[in-house]
Amino acid sequence: MNGFPILSVITFLPILGMIIVLSMPKEKNREVKIATLVITILQVILAVILLANFNYSLGGINDPKSFQFVEKFRWIEIPGISWIGTFKVDYYLGVDGLSMAMVLLTAIVTFIATLSSWTINKSVKGYFALFLLLDTAMMGVFVALDFFLFYIFWELMLLPMYFLIGIWGGPRKEYAAIKFFIYTLVGSVLMLLVMIGLYFSAKETLADGSQVYTFNLLALMNPKNYTHTGLLSPLNADNIRLIAYIGLFIGFAIKIPMFPFHTWLPDAHVEAPTPISVILAGVLLKMGTYGILRISYPIFPEITRQLMWYIALFGMINIIYGALVALAQKDFKKLIAYSSVSHMGYVLLGMASLSAVGINGAIFQMFNHGTITAMLFLIVGVVYDRAHTRGIYDFGGLATQMPVYTGVVIVAFFAAIGLPSLSGFISEALVFFGAFAVTTTRTLAIISTLGILLGAAYMLWTLQRIYFGKLNEKWANMKDLDLREIVMFVPLMIIVIYLGIYPSAMLNLLHASVAHLTNFMAQHAQSFLISSL
Amino acid sequence: MSDITLVNLSLIILLLPIFGFTILIFFGKRFPKLYLLETTFLGIAFVLAAIIGFVKLGTLTEHTIIFQFTWIDFGKLPLFGHLKFILGVKIDNLTAIMLLVVTLISFLVHVYSIGYMHGDKRFSRYYAYLGLFSFSMLGIVLTHNLLTLYIFWELVGLSSYLLIGFWFEKKSAADAGKKAFLVNRVGDIGMFLGILILFTNYHTFTYDSIFAAIGAGHLPFNSPAWLTAAGILLFMGAVGKSAQFPLHVWLPDAMEGPTPVSALIHAATMVAAGVYMVARIFPMLTADALLVIALVGGFTSFLAATIAITQNDIKKVLAYSTISQLGYMVMALGVGSYAYGFFHLVTHAWFKALLFLGSGSVIQAMHHEQDIRQMGGLRKKMPITYYTFLVATLAISGVPFFSGFLSKDGLLLGTYAFGSLTGHILIPIFGFTVVVLTAFYMFRLVIITFHGEPRNQEKYDHAKESPKVMTIPLIVLAVLSFFFWYSPNPFSSESGWFISKWIPTPHSVVPENMRFNFMKTAGEAAGHVQNGGEAIVHSPMYMEALHHAHYPAMILSILLAALGIFLAYWIYQWKKVDPDMLADRFNWLYKFSLNKWYFDELYHATFVAGTVGLGKVLAWFDSNIVDGVVNGAAWVTRKVSQFSGAFDHYVVDGLVNFSAFASGFLGLVLKKFQTGKVQTYVVFVVFSVLILLLIFRPF
Repeated sequence: MNGFPILSVITFLPILGMIIVLSMPKEKNREVKIATLVITILQVILAVILLANFNYSLGGINDPKSFQFVEKFRWIEIPGISWIGTFKVDYYLGVDGLSMAMVLLTAIVTFIATLSSWTINKSVKGYFALFLLLDTAMMGVFVALDFFLFYIFWELMLLPMYFLIGIWGGPRKEYAAIKFFIYTLVGSVLMLLVMIGLYFSAKETLADGSQVYTFNLLALMNPKNYTHTGLLSPLNADNIRLIAYIGLFIGFAIKIPMFPFHTWLPDAHVEAPTPISVILAGVLLKMGTYGILRISYPIFPEITRQLMWYIALFGMINIIYGALVALAQKDFKKLIAYSSVSHMGYVLLGMASLSAVGINGAIFQMFNHGTITAMLFLIVGVVYDRAHTRGIYDFGGLATQMPVYTGVVIVAFFAAIGLPSLSGFISEALVFFGAFAVTTTRTLAIISTLGILLGAAYMLWTLQRIYFGKLNEKWANMKDLDLREIVMFVPLMIIVIYLGIYPSAMLNLLHASVAHLTNFMAQHAQSFLISSL
Repeated sequence: MSDITLVNLSLIILLLPIFGFTILIFFGKRFPKLYLLETTFLGIAFVLAAIIGFVKLGTLTEHTIIFQFTWIDFGKLPLFGHLKFILGVKIDNLTAIMLLVVTLISFLVHVYSIGYMHGDKRFSRYYAYLGLFSFSMLGIVLTHNLLTLYIFWELVGLSSYLLIGFWFEKKSAADAGKKAFLVNRVGDIGMFLGILILFTNYHTFTYDSIFAAIGAGHLPFNSPAWLTAAGILLFMGAVGKSAQFPLHVWLPDAMEGPTPVSALIHAATMVAAGVYMVARIFPMLTADALLVIALVGGFTSFLAATIAITQNDIKKVLAYSTISQLGYMVMALGVGSYAYGFFHLVTHAWFKALLFLGSGSVIQAMHHEQDIRQMGGLRKKMPITYYTFLVATLAISGVPFFSGFLSKDGLLLGTYAFGSLTGHILIPIFGFTVVVLTAFYMFRLVIITFHGEPRNQEKYDHAKESPKVMTIPLIVLAVLSFFFWYSPNPFSSESGWFISKWIPTPHSVVPENMRFNFMKTAGEAAGHVQNGGEAIVHSPMYMEALHHAHYPAMILSILLAALGIFLAYWIYQWKKVDPDMLADRFNWLYKFSLNKWYFDELYHATFVAGTVGLGKVLAWFDSNIVDGVVNGAAWVTRKVSQFSGAFDHYVVDGLVNFSAFASGFLGLVLKKFQTGKVQTYVVFVVFSVLILLLIFRPF
């Protein structure tokens, strides 16, 4: 891109939008919405430009040379602090296949969520300002290559999210917002501890030959950079690396959310306004699994290998447990929330296999879950906007009244069920191919196939209870989708169908990075282990 | 005609219906005549299939055409090597015949539906779904690998779901659709696991590559047990789709769909997909797997036939009959009577489609009455429907001169030989018992529906023959149910082109010690593999057993069919015995049959209630225990902070306040000394100096 800082632009464009929105007069609600929409459309365009200029053959992961659109300069530098030496933090952005997929997803989902935010009428300015701030934070997490920077974006996301749920949410919004905030904060604290531990364990060699402690994620992936006395050095014989790994993992697992840290999710979803649910399920949950793949895996390859069975186990629990609990829900939105728990389980299972096919499936599943679940929450939003209730048993026979809407529902539900020819199938299938091929995770993969059945069960049952049967007379005047709603569903439907028929469009993007990651893990699990002997 | 032309034709056949589907979904409401387009598409597809059939079966009999391309290329991966997902088309004789069957029946059903579905408010939607179904079914037929098979397999499941629940306002229809999809998914999980086993070991999905690898002695996980397991797991998919025991429960409920759909999907084509799949994977099935398949098929055919004899809903009788006949086909494949299993699939497709379309004609004439106890005497009112229905009944009962006799006879012969060679005599017993039952329940149906006096005079008076658009498909199918399409000799299928030329049994790739003795070929070199096309030479022992059994088996099956027909006439036509009296006398048996062996109740009480119950328990666990811990932690934190708040207030802040208070008090006391008068200060100074002098005593 010839030095044009496109990643910074795509990340901080929403901040610019926020400033614009804040400087608008209070009563210009419509203009505020249009400004936000323009910003998110620009973001989508930038993401597409990124994709068009993306070199599919470069792996990234730990290799600074094969990251793309890199921007790197010294951000903070304080020389000569007693025994630390130079304290420095780099402003270091870059993408590889893994983050590219997430950047695309973020841009798309945010755009859709903006359309869905059109119905917000309470303190519009504040809402969209926070919304745009959230957008920057999410984008930042996916492009940051410095742990410190990553952490800042990660934390930055909490603030707008807290207010968006706490102010624009449903009846129990305060409870949900605080629960979300505190739960995520617990994870952040764990992450912070591990981050500091890592900082004092490894030294990066700078261009001038001096060695400094570093937050550079890529430097932390190299076992040679660890000092002999470092707390988290592979040379350290204690199980301290294992403990650090688990701490960091829990930090990410809360976000996924992984059983048993998942109960904030249903509450947050039920209380959050529709567009925020869309963002939450579509993008925020991915930050957990993204973090594991970006940070936990390559920095602790030997521990990952040691714990892969447990990761797969939790994946399996998520799949089956989430599906069974979803089966018992009477609140439409809560049901979809639990279906997210179940579907994110596939991501964990695929990742745990450590095989290229499984990880490909896992990342693809992250993307697909983002688009499909966004649709599902929009679908809930449509009935909630009209009926002001989400009780599954309050409806019935909506198909007669709203044929277009029901058509969308059928596509989205079957995508969630994993119907072949829609995108969810390929990713789930790849997860199973990967997890079954590896001896360690094979049994868990076999048990997890039950999720295919249970997923169909709760989805079809819901479809029947809400949309089929005799029309509940109460809703005889319910209107079918309007143009804005159709516009909001169509891009997602196109993506879901297109990737179902031509999955290579996404898999080619991931391929080099995943191959690089698995090769790297295989080699370095060894070297991390050997150096510890 | 070159191979690539045939491939192109087959791809056009595949894509025409989905093209129609897309158009109808988007424009069907605006242009209500578009259904004609979809019907024309199917007509063209049939013509193209006929061309392929003619070329393939006429001139290229021994030649298998494969066309493939890469769908997903993963590049070089650890554990998998260079991994590619390949899609492709395989056209052999099986494919060519199935193409004909599917396109013709689909076309006829499209035509028939013009009359049957006339006036339905979602008419265009209906045709769209038919298009989706035809596409998916043709995909199953054409694909050359397990992955695409699975993909289209699920898609026919979807179209089946949509069509069963087509009248979704009816709760029973919506329920039935859901049940069909979920029960099928149970089977699909097995099938998926089978695919996982094969993929993990061979890194490919194509039938031919998998067979080649097995033939080369590379067993899954190097274990014969896994090969058997893979076969049985794949077969589970067929158990679901072809409604075999124990997953047969969805098919009777599927009759909630429009009757032409029942004919197309739930009788002639989709449910036969399971049988087709077993035929496709036949080369890799071990003796153990085959035995399981034969037993499941045999038992299913028996189970369903015993239920069919007491049902009163015209479509339910036919549904159980379908299950029973599918069991026949599965059983035939299981006993190694490969050609006859597939042959029966084809003959059954015509006459079962005919029976369903005929029943649709009756149902429409009777104003959507399906209970045969309300019918009777319709023979005079609806002669075309009656005679075509009768032809199909004769065919399914296995009466000579009709197609069913040829396929059924060969199939029974196979079970007979199998029983005598392996000692599993239960299988031929199932096979021959079902002959009696089939003839009996089919003639019972014909007699109660069409013969005798009308039981509901009002409905009878309004009944009339269906329009031409519905009767012509009936006539076409009836013509196809005669013997001469399949063999010049009405008593011998072996002299027909179907068995002798078109459908050779494929070469087994299973290691010799895992095959039935009778399927071993003398001096076969291990590792020598040919797939498709090459006839297996059964052992001389087997051929001899077949030869010996030929006439006894044929005579037995004719006699048994005659017995069944006679019993039906005896009870229902001539009324020598009162059926109600029989039902009373054998009340327990009658109830058992009428209630379908209580399978629905059993499954509902165990699996359905169990899963939903477990879901409820876990939901409680989730919100009370898991979330309870979270909220508990929050509560503890709050309490701790309240305590520390109190501590802070009373102790920490108390100390602060106390020190403030103390210093204040001190100040209060000390300020008494700050009088501002110089004399007082002088006195203080003097006193102080005196005290200091006293203390230090410098003197």
